[in-house]
Amino acid sequence: MKQFIALLKTWEALLVVLLLISIVLGSVLSPYFLSAFNFYAITSNIMEIAIMALPMTLIIIVGEIDLSVASVLGLSSVVLGFLWERSNSMTLAIVVALLVGIVAGYINGFLVTKLALPSLVITIGTLALFRGLAYVVLGSQAVSDFPTAFTNFGFSPIPGTELPWSGLIFAVLAIIFAVVLHFSRLGRQLYAMGNNKEAARFSGINVSRVKLWLFILSGLLAALAGVIFTARFSSARPDNALGFELEVVTVVLLGGINIFGGRGSLLGVVLAIFIVAILQNILGLENISGDIQNLAIGLLLILSVLGPNLARRIQVVISRRRLAVGSSRQV
Amino acid sequence: MTTTSQEVERPQQRSQLSQMRLLGLVSRVRELGLLIVLLLIILVVGIQAPRFLSINNFEQILLSVAILAVVAVGETLVILTRNVDLSVGSTVGFTAFVTAYFFKELPQSNLLLGILLGCALGLVLGMLNGLIVSFGRVPSIVATLGTLYAYRGLVFIFAANTTSQVNASDVPVSYLALATTQIFGIPALILIAAVVAIIVGYFLHASQSGRQLYAIGSNPEAAQMIGIRADRLVFGAFAASGLLCGLAGVLWGARFATVDATNATGLELQVIAAVVVGGVNIFGGSGTILGAMLGAIVLGTLENALNILNISQFWLQAIYGAAIIGAVVLDAFITRWLQRSILARRKNV
Repeated sequence: MKQFIALLKTWEALLVVLLLISIVLGSVLSPYFLSAFNFYAITSNIMEIAIMALPMTLIIIVGEIDLSVASVLGLSSVVLGFLWERSNSMTLAIVVALLVGIVAGYINGFLVTKLALPSLVITIGTLALFRGLAYVVLGSQAVSDFPTAFTNFGFSPIPGTELPWSGLIFAVLAIIFAVVLHFSRLGRQLYAMGNNKEAARFSGINVSRVKLWLFILSGLLAALAGVIFTARFSSARPDNALGFELEVVTVVLLGGINIFGGRGSLLGVVLAIFIVAILQNILGLENISGDIQNLAIGLLLILSVLGPNLARRIQVVISRRRLAVGSSRQV
Repeated sequence: MTTTSQEVERPQQRSQLSQMRLLGLVSRVRELGLLIVLLLIILVVGIQAPRFLSINNFEQILLSVAILAVVAVGETLVILTRNVDLSVGSTVGFTAFVTAYFFKELPQSNLLLGILLGCALGLVLGMLNGLIVSFGRVPSIVATLGTLYAYRGLVFIFAANTTSQVNASDVPVSYLALATTQIFGIPALILIAAVVAIIVGYFLHASQSGRQLYAIGSNPEAAQMIGIRADRLVFGAFAASGLLCGLAGVLWGARFATVDATNATGLELQVIAAVVVGGVNIFGGSGTILGAMLGAIVLGTLENALNILNISQFWLQAIYGAAIIGAVVLDAFITRWLQRSILARRKNV
């Protein structure tokens, strides 16, 4: 019984409740909410963010952050379009787009680990730099004449199901990430790095090498998200996914990952991804525009950090009062 | 070594003095370096395009950075305390839209009333940031990333319920004149920015609270130990940043005349670029308003030069990004060199 109550008190349990509430809310508000097509729409809309949230989870757990992910997505998307238009080879375009992501991630990781600079500032800089390069590559034009096989991958579900292809990719990646984070030596090392960097280094973990690889992984998966995004909208534009870093950081923090590193689970992040996806879907079904939806996401981001902080403060005040009452009784 | 205690003390004092001198020297070298960069840009571009060198063009450059400079002054206060305000673009956008809409609906109203309205709105938004950061204990990057989108969402809600766009023909001429008036032959916009910079710069340099802002940023634990109320000062810095964004919003509406819900989007990146290029340390604790202003002018000159040399404006954002990274890398190297040379001096004593 005690264990059951402890389980109920976890952040993940709270997220399950939130998820159920949002599903009930959606089905009450709109008759279209529980349709198979809407399930497909909800899933495919969030998958780029979901894929970028996986490496972001690890990066925040080790105490860093990568704010440049949406710009890497945009850059890889325009590189994909640019090369497709000139080479007519989709394979070449996709491979180079992914390589661009790896290079972008390496630049972030190099500046953060080799020069020992704060990831927060560096990735604000590369946020502007990579997005700027995307504009340099394509200017104000867009590439949209992609081959049918490619756009089908973005548009249509896996035959016989209501699951988008990107959903399958995410599911496979999420399982790999969960196993590595929660059931491997490397996963425990990541938590150790976030909790105490010095201690982690003295216990033989190569902190900067692990961090460098995390940033490269983040760049690669952001580029993969760029390929998926381009297929889904059949359009490569320099302003693709502008501002998506907000949602990526929001789902990770709402998922219970501590912004200062060292705590949180991947299950929480996956739950948070679907909560945000459903909330956006509900707002969309109610005809609320994307810019106003961002208001809700921004508030959610602040509340997901502010809430636990305030709860802890209130707890401290209550326990102090109890102590005060206890000691006065003793007197 | 056989020395009396007196003889040991003297070189120690001397070494502390030389440390202070070294620190002062570095910040001056940093600003001098910016001036040299500025002169180099002017020289190189001036040779290729002589019209770049006209007085009229320099006035244009200063005009184009005036509003940015007002916002950068507030951002400097926040960054000095080891925080960052990412919501400045949305705050400027919000206040510009509301002020322009106010003048559209009430064209007969007093000019000062509209200005105060814009400043007050900015102040409230800044105070909200300050509350979340210093009393809610949310890291400023998270809090202001959230309000960046929340405030922008509010602009869209406001626009959806009022008007999608305010045009130049909708507002009284007296409001637009705010941006075009000249005082003693100098555009008022430039004078306003200069006055704001001088007042805040003097406050930072000479007042107790100003010095305490530096103390919080350079060593939070020590600042707390000597009794500095960091909470209140950080709150104050965010409130001041919001207030200055409000003023900038009022000026934005007057200068660009046509205002919609997306105005001033992405301004935060330009502002942060200007401040860190100007030598304000992103980890707080060091930097000056003069430096931030020089940073803004260097970036403004660069933008103007791209224009005159017919280089695509699409390069601008990439240049801002590269400038942020370059400045942070440079500052890190300077700091490390400084620490090493101070340590070396101590050993020599």
